Amino acid sequence: MAAEEHRVFVPRDTTARSMGADDVAAAIAAGAAGRGEAVTLVRNGSRGLYWLEPMIEVEAGGVRHAYGPVQTADVPALFDAGFLTAGRHALGLGPTEEIPWLAEQSRLTFARVGITDPLSLDDYRAHGGYQGLARAVELSRDEIIGIVTESGLRGRGGAAFPTGIKWRTVLNAEGAQKYVTCNADEGDSGTYADRMVMESDPFVVIEGMTIAGLAVGATQGYVYLRAEYPLAIRIMNEAIEIAKAAGLLGNNVMDSGQAFHMEVREAAGAYICGEETSMLESLEGKRGVIRFRPPLPAVKGLFGAPTIVNNVITLASVPIILAEGAEYYRDFGVGRSRGTLTVQLAGNVRHGGLVEIGFGRTLRELLEDFGGGTATGRPIRAVQAGGPLGAYIHPSQFDTPLDYEAFDEIGGMIGHGGLVVFDDTVDMGEQARFAMEFCAIESCGKCTPCRIGAVRGVEVIDRILSGDDESGNLLLLRDLCDTMVAGSLCALGGMAPFPVISVLDHFPEDLRAR
Amino acid sequence: MSTQGAGSGKGAHEALVSGIAERHVARPGGLLPALHAIQDELGYIPPEAVPTIAEAFNISRAEVHGVISFYHLFRTTPPGRRTLYLCRAEACQAMGARALEKHTRERLGIGFHETTADGRISLEPIFCLGNCACSPAVMIDDFVYGRVTPQRMDALLEED
Repeated sequence: MAAEEHRVFVPRDTTARSMGADDVAAAIAAGAAGRGEAVTLVRNGSRGLYWLEPMIEVEAGGVRHAYGPVQTADVPALFDAGFLTAGRHALGLGPTEEIPWLAEQSRLTFARVGITDPLSLDDYRAHGGYQGLARAVELSRDEIIGIVTESGLRGRGGAAFPTGIKWRTVLNAEGAQKYVTCNADEGDSGTYADRMVMESDPFVVIEGMTIAGLAVGATQGYVYLRAEYPLAIRIMNEAIEIAKAAGLLGNNVMDSGQAFHMEVREAAGAYICGEETSMLESLEGKRGVIRFRPPLPAVKGLFGAPTIVNNVITLASVPIILAEGAEYYRDFGVGRSRGTLTVQLAGNVRHGGLVEIGFGRTLRELLEDFGGGTATGRPIRAVQAGGPLGAYIHPSQFDTPLDYEAFDEIGGMIGHGGLVVFDDTVDMGEQARFAMEFCAIESCGKCTPCRIGAVRGVEVIDRILSGDDESGNLLLLRDLCDTMVAGSLCALGGMAPFPVISVLDHFPEDLRAR
Repeated sequence: MSTQGAGSGKGAHEALVSGIAERHVARPGGLLPALHAIQDELGYIPPEAVPTIAEAFNISRAEVHGVISFYHLFRTTPPGRRTLYLCRAEACQAMGARALEKHTRERLGIGFHETTADGRISLEPIFCLGNCACSPAVMIDDFVYGRVTPQRMDALLEED
C-alpha cells in the first residue's frame, strides 16, 4: 500500500535557521524515513512569526497547520502525535492563516512570503506573481508611472519620497542609458523586512525592478545588497538566473521587445552606503563617500546617468499595485501615508516579527497587541523607531499613530519601519553615547559636523556621565546636536543627534553624573 | 610594463590577484567585485596585491588602498580559521549584547579586530545581521545564530 504523500514546510530564512531550522528539517526527513512516511520537505520562506521559529507547517486536507517553536528533540513526539495529519500536540498552533497575529495583518507586499518555495517560479506564478509585469508590458511608460503615482506609494527606505514622482523625473531626464538600482543595504538595527522579502520571495523584487525599468526605459538594474546577508545574496542570485532562463529578464522581457538585465552587487559593511548617493559611489567601485545634491540621482545618478534609487520594499510593492490597481493599494492607510507599512518588531519584545498593516494604527497597538510587551516581562521603557538615527520614544508617546506626518510631529520617524523595544533595565545614557559612537564609526568623513561632531559627542557624553561640569556639558551637547543637525550634508550626521536629543528631552535622569 | 616574474615584491598571490583583476576590469564599477573575489579566495586582501590591482584598473595605488580601507568588511591581514561577527547594534543591545560582548572578549582573550594566538578565531564587530527579532545575534563565517546566551556562545566556540 502506497503511503499518503505529506507536504511539510520548514523555513529556510536566516532567522528560522538561526534558531535551528536546518536541524529540524533533517530530523523530520530522518523521522519520516524511519517510520516509512512519504514526506516532501519544502523549504519555504518565513511567515515572520519569529518568536515561534522554527515554525513548521503541514498541509492537511488542503489547509496548512503550524507547529512551533520546534526543536529537534520535539520531532519524535510530533510524529507520535500524528502531526502529518494535523494531529494535536502541545506545540500545535492550528491553521496557520487563522493565527490571530497573522490574520489581523494586511499582507500585500508580503502576500507570498512564507507561503511559497522562494525559488519556485511556478509557486510564484500560482500565487499571483508576474501579473503586475504582464499588465505593465501592455501599458505605456506614462501609464505605468501614472498608476504608481496614483497608488500613493512613498519610498519605504525611510525618506518616504513619492515613488511615482521620482520615476517621472527619471523618465523625463535626458540620457541614452538609464539605471534602476535597488537599495538593499538594510543597515538599520531592528529592520529585516528587506532581508525577508529577498530570502522568501525574491521574484517580487525582480518583478518590481523590471517594471521600474520598463517605466523609465532603463535596461540595467543593480541590487546593492549588504554583505551581512549572505543567504539573501545567494537566493537573489539564483532567482535572477531562473528569471533569465524563463525570459523574464534579458533582451526581450516577457516578449515585450524591451530589454532588462539585472545583477547583484555585494556591499562591504559600510552603513553610510544605505544613503543613496553613497550607494551610487560604491556601485561605481569607489569609496562610499556621499555626493552633494543637487543634481539628484534621478537626473545624474549611477555613472552620471538618470537613475532610480528605491528601497527593496518599495520595489516589491510595485507588482501588486500594477496587478490590483492603484485604488486597491491606496485604500489602505490614512492621510498622506497610503498603502501598507511593514513594521518589524525587534529587540526586547515578546512576539517579535513582521507585521504588515495599513498605516494609522498606534504604536501602542503594535507594541502591546502584536508585540505582547517585552520578552523579559518587564515594563517597556523606550522604543527606538526608524533605526539608529531615530528618536527613542517615551511610553507617554505610544498613542502616536503610525503615519509619516504624525511621527514627524513628535520628532520621531518611521523610517524603514523597525521598532526596537527596551525594557526598564536600559541605560539611556549608554544609548545616547552609542548613537554618537556609531556615527563616528560610520561617518564617511566628507563633512566636518558629522566626522568631528560625532567624536566630540562621545567625549562630551563621557564627561557628563563622569560628573565633569555636568550642566555646562549638557548645554554643549545640545549645541553640538544643533550643529550636526543643521550643518551635516546627509542624514547620518544630520539625524544621529535625534536619539541623543530624545534622551535629553525624555530620559534626562539617565544623562547625569554617575 | 613587464608582467613576467611573480616575485619583484608583489607577493605570492600575484597571478591569482591579476587574474581576478583582469576578469573584473571591463565590468562597470568592477573594483568592489574584484576585491570581494580576492578576499573570497584568500580570506583577506594582501597589501602587496594593491599595486597589481591598481595597474589592472589603471588607477592609483592610493585609490585602491582608499577603497579597501573605507569598507569595514575588507581585511588586510589573514583571518583566523573561523571569523566570529558579534552584533553590537541596538536590537541586540536590548537583549544583552553588551554582556555577551564582554563574556566573549574575556573568554577568547582578544578584542575586536584581533585573532586568537592559536589562529582559531577572529573577532569582528558587526552592525546588524537582520536577525533582530531573535537577538542577540552572531554570525560565524556565514551562518547566523540567534538568541545567543553566554552559555550558547561557549558551546559555539567549542565547535571546530
